[in-house]
Amino acid sequence: MPSIIRMENIVKRFPSVLANDHVNLEVEEGEIHCLLGENGAGKSTLMNILYGLYSHDSGKILIRDREVRFRGPADAIANGIGMVHQDFMLIPVFTVVENLILGAEPVKGFSLDLEKAREEIANLSEKYKLDVEPTAYIENISVGMQQRVEILKLLYRGAEIMIFDEPTSILTPQEVDELYKIMNFLRENGKTIIFITHKLKEVMEISDRVTVLRDGRVIDTIDTSSTNPHELARMMVGREVLFRVEKPSVRIGKRVLKIENLHARNQRGLPALNGVSLDVAEGEVVGIAGIDGNGQTELVEVLSGLRKIDRGKISLYDRDITNFTPKELIDMGIAHIPEDRRLRGLILDFHLYENLILGFQDNKPFRRGVILDLKRVKEWSSELVEDFDIRPRDIDVNAGSLSGGNQQKVVIAREFSRNIKLLVASQPSRGLDVGATEFVHNQIMRVKAEGKAVLLVSLELSEVMNLSDRILVIYEGKIQAEFDPKKTTESEIGLVMAGGHV
Amino acid sequence: MGILFNILNLAIFTSTLRITTPILFAALGGCMTERSGVINIGLEGMMLMGAFAAAVGSYFWGPWLGVLFGIFVGGIMGLLHAFMSVTVKANQIISATAINIFALGFPNLIVPVLWKGHYAMTPVVPVIKSIQIPVIADIPVLGPIIGNLNPIVYIAFLLVPVVHYVLFKTRLGLRIRAVGEHPKAADTVGINVALMRYIAVTVSGLLAGFGGAFLSVAYQSQFSQAMTAGRGFIGLAAMIFGRWRPFGALVACLIFAFADAFQASAQAAGVPIPPDLLLTLPYLLTLIALAGLIGKKAVGPAANGKPYFKD
Ligand SMILES: Nc1ncnc2c1ncn2[C@@H]1O[C@H](COP(=O)(O)OP(=O)(O)O)[C@@H](O)[C@H]1O
Ligand SMILES: [Mg+2]
Repeated sequence: MPSIIRMENIVKRFPSVLANDHVNLEVEEGEIHCLLGENGAGKSTLMNILYGLYSHDSGKILIRDREVRFRGPADAIANGIGMVHQDFMLIPVFTVVENLILGAEPVKGFSLDLEKAREEIANLSEKYKLDVEPTAYIENISVGMQQRVEILKLLYRGAEIMIFDEPTSILTPQEVDELYKIMNFLRENGKTIIFITHKLKEVMEISDRVTVLRDGRVIDTIDTSSTNPHELARMMVGREVLFRVEKPSVRIGKRVLKIENLHARNQRGLPALNGVSLDVAEGEVVGIAGIDGNGQTELVEVLSGLRKIDRGKISLYDRDITNFTPKELIDMGIAHIPEDRRLRGLILDFHLYENLILGFQDNKPFRRGVILDLKRVKEWSSELVEDFDIRPRDIDVNAGSLSGGNQQKVVIAREFSRNIKLLVASQPSRGLDVGATEFVHNQIMRVKAEGKAVLLVSLELSEVMNLSDRILVIYEGKIQAEFDPKKTTESEIGLVMAGGHV
Repeated sequence: MGILFNILNLAIFTSTLRITTPILFAALGGCMTERSGVINIGLEGMMLMGAFAAAVGSYFWGPWLGVLFGIFVGGIMGLLHAFMSVTVKANQIISATAINIFALGFPNLIVPVLWKGHYAMTPVVPVIKSIQIPVIADIPVLGPIIGNLNPIVYIAFLLVPVVHYVLFKTRLGLRIRAVGEHPKAADTVGINVALMRYIAVTVSGLLAGFGGAFLSVAYQSQFSQAMTAGRGFIGLAAMIFGRWRPFGALVACLIFAFADAFQASAQAAGVPIPPDLLLTLPYLLTLIALAGLIGKKAVGPAANGKPYFKD
């Protein structure tokens, strides 16, 4: 197979990190080539260089053995390269057609020729089985369709080489299957695909070859058929990774949390929780499994004081805490890992030391009169950064500049550093790589080992299976069934999650 | 009843159109600049500079070249704001405020140099005269209102569909709006974000300059200190009421101008209301119009006011 892309000795330095350190990448025509690496390994940077969005400090890029120098994405597009970015590059208030033609607009005289564009797009959409609605506004279509619009955008520009940056992270499992089909179809039609991911399963399922990146360096490029998830994980993380967490054996103690017949509405005022009852005891992890949008978000919001309930009762150690404010709940000893750490877990523009005391900044050790005792705060934060291995070891950087895994460590460090009775963890490993996920899981097990209660909400069934002592399945705002993880299978639970019965 | 009749004569409609004109220029300029993601409260100062330059130009080279000079100087000011906001990435409010302050002071400095003994005001300069549009002027009722106006008034109203067409029907407009909504998305499809913003902001300056020129060589016949009297700001407000759309802005401008014409006419007719109170009418009416809009969502371009940092 001839190589269609060769990147040789690519070096890219950002002010604080060496993101690409003499990277070599060679991609063959017509293959699906995975770029595997943990968050921060330099995958997106490398592809942004190939796409002309970043300029590299040194190194060469060859396309079909011809050296190229891109001054911007326009040059890359002209060379048949297209990229679907990790965050979609779509304009919400524009229609699908307008988004698609942007930068390559057909015109008749001075006017945009939207009619011609619509036809062309409808044809392409049909040919590649992408099923998009050309006249719909982006803000009104599903994430899955938005992604197909992004793919169409590349096809519309005649891309031969398509880069997908972590395309699955925001998709439902069904949408992921759909995407695989599309990618295979594209490959059959002669396209070359570079697929960025940190999920081993995806590498094994879809790719022909895989290049593993770690800390900005290429570890190796290998045929997918000649490797296995364990070997890939080792290459990616640089050490052995255990896929099963060790569950500590703890005596299940007194009941900590009790929820009775809870009713609450969602953001739009529609019923979201329709009589949820459950309890969690000391030393116990109760996992809530379910498909997204069945009331999990609202349940967690209620338990962190962010949402008022219509009916029902919540108690902590038999004390009624129904409709307490977030601050009261924090002071009661409830810790919370939110599903969106960037939105709810951290203030991205604040320093780490400020983020590390959020929620109890006005409590004793950190307060002197009405002012913060910054010296104390900083000493204490430095210890946490050390204990939880937060990188960089610098409490003066803004939380927004950290990688996802390290941001999650900040949230965990803050929440676990005080005396808690109950941990409410919502999708604690969302968007994290293998190493960071392992860390988070071990921390949750540590909380359990200390005899605290844990309520774990996750969309990843395997996570719920691995960590929980009991599994409750939520469907349309109700707990439908309870399972013992040792005596059930993923498919059995999956059936109930989809609304079936046991 | 008699008084109301005195106030609501045909002249009030003609004067509504004349009052609309400078504000409309600013509002159209506002549509251009904010659609591209650059806030430009410097339209006021650009208009003032345009008015001054037009008066100077008219004095030395005649009214039409004066207007062109006013437009040109407005454009230069726009270019300056584009440079500050796009290239330097300075705070856009501060850059624009600097332009406004500069425009207040600069003419005072130049007037005595050009005309000995004059301060803060140019001598009377040649003006552009109204024209009679043949067939239209003969239509009953409507004819006297719209058939006999200053050419710049017609140009302003014609520019409404033109700006609408450019923004919403052309390639350039699509790109300008894209840059104002999501500059990074535009960048990733090869659009030059800085260039689009330079174009839009400079055009907004040209339009503001045009509006200023109307003030000094058509509406009046000389430049006087601070003669724009907030029209640039009113134009911006009208643009927001009009939801960043030329036709919407036009409606808002007309409401304001009608109220203004009404209060002037009422004063002249000797309505027993204190003039200070009457003077607030246009602003009050505009506020009410705004309140009526508030129920509906009035959101501007998503990236408005945010400099674009390329990594
Ligand atoms: N624009 C940027 N400015 C500064 N540092 C950056 C920038 N983009 C990425 N980095 C840093 O470069 C490293 C590699 O990032 P990235 O390529 O996004 O990793 P990946 O896509 O593999 O998760 C990280 O340490 C990240 O913080
Ligand atoms: Mg990335």
